[in-house]
Amino acid sequence: MSDFARRHHDMGGREAGPVEQGGHDYSMWEKRIDAIRRLLSDDKRRMMTVDELRRGIEELGAKAYDEMSYYERWAASTTNLLIEKGVITIDELGRKMEEVEARWTAEQETKE
Amino acid sequence: MTARFAKGDRVRVRDAHPPGHVRTPSFIRGHNGVITRVIGEFANPEELAYGRDGRPEIPLYWVEFRQTELWSGYAGQAQDTAVVDIFEHWLEPAEGDTP
Amino acid sequence: MSTETHGHGHGDGHRHEHPSQPDLEDQPVGYYQVMTEALGEVLIDKGVITADELRQQVEWQDSRAPVFGAKLIARAWVDPDFKERLLEDVNGAAAELDIDAGDIPIRAVENTGQVHNVIVCTLCSCYPRSLIGLPPDWYKSRAYRSRTVREPRAVLAEFGTEIGDDMEVRVHDSTADLRYLVMPMRPAGSEDMGEDELADLVGRDSMIGVALARSPGE
Repeated sequence: MSDFARRHHDMGGREAGPVEQGGHDYSMWEKRIDAIRRLLSDDKRRMMTVDELRRGIEELGAKAYDEMSYYERWAASTTNLLIEKGVITIDELGRKMEEVEARWTAEQETKE
Repeated sequence: MTARFAKGDRVRVRDAHPPGHVRTPSFIRGHNGVITRVIGEFANPEELAYGRDGRPEIPLYWVEFRQTELWSGYAGQAQDTAVVDIFEHWLEPAEGDTP
Repeated sequence: MSTETHGHGHGDGHRHEHPSQPDLEDQPVGYYQVMTEALGEVLIDKGVITADELRQQVEWQDSRAPVFGAKLIARAWVDPDFKERLLEDVNGAAAELDIDAGDIPIRAVENTGQVHNVIVCTLCSCYPRSLIGLPPDWYKSRAYRSRTVREPRAVLAEFGTEIGDDMEVRVHDSTADLRYLVMPMRPAGSEDMGEDELADLVGRDSMIGVALARSPGE
């Protein structure tokens, strides 16, 4: 089998170290991307399937798969799909991201 | 779609490596197992993953493998098994068996 | 990671309030955190989803915890007919106890004196989240996903679970349209216990199969 044939996410049987049993509590943004994805797949919307989510995650590539956290991959895949499908545009998301960042920075400065 | 295989049938997982999104893990491809349950019919994930409807639905099976058949030098016991959900188009009758 | 970091995963009965303001979080605001907030707001602005729907979805997932799976197991231990129905159709059996197991079909696999079942998803991280909450980090880790199918007994030993040489270890790779819930064996010494007490013996890890049900008094 060519090295290219086996895809990165397909991990069964690979060499790996001990299972690190610690964990973290999910933060609000992680719960939110999870919830957004479920809403987009529900019977009311049917705008994306879990298989599309997985395909999008697999297509991020090996380096991103290793370096991004679990829900960072979800956020990337979900967003890419919604742009591809024309549900949102790059421009409106980009502008909203600037707005959110500015708002959060201002909130932080008020606190300090 | 009528299920091609029944409980107890010996099957081989296709040793194929197509590109794209599939749900058949590499470690069982080319290996022999036994159908232990006909689960039902489900939309094809290889189609759903690209925005299509995945119809017609495809029979999905529990296929049980002997661990010693999957891994050379398996460190556990001879009776240990792995069960994987596999769609029908990834299965063929095991060598010497007729469906 | 939030300011409340614990050495356990979610769902062993702990409930934490998580702050939604990034300034209360432990680490700098990340790119994908900003993207997620913006994505939610754009989708709400466009009427694709509503703020209420988003809040309800977050609350629903937050409300899911191993206590639901444990209730099903405890009932199955005391009621053989229910056990049959549980093994046939978890979602239907859960509905009998007014537990919402979601739309994805879940199968229960029964541990016996001969067979010990353990669940993994080698391709992603499929998990019966409607019955036991979101998965712990280790379930999604490269190590667990890689090794569980090839050396399950070694992985189980790392969790302190030794399975006898005369037993069959059966690994279920949850790759497709089903989710799996392990039904652990009822521990010795629990014969006189009621259903609620029994449910307390059933921890999250025993329903994944990396642990056994707790013994009474443990």
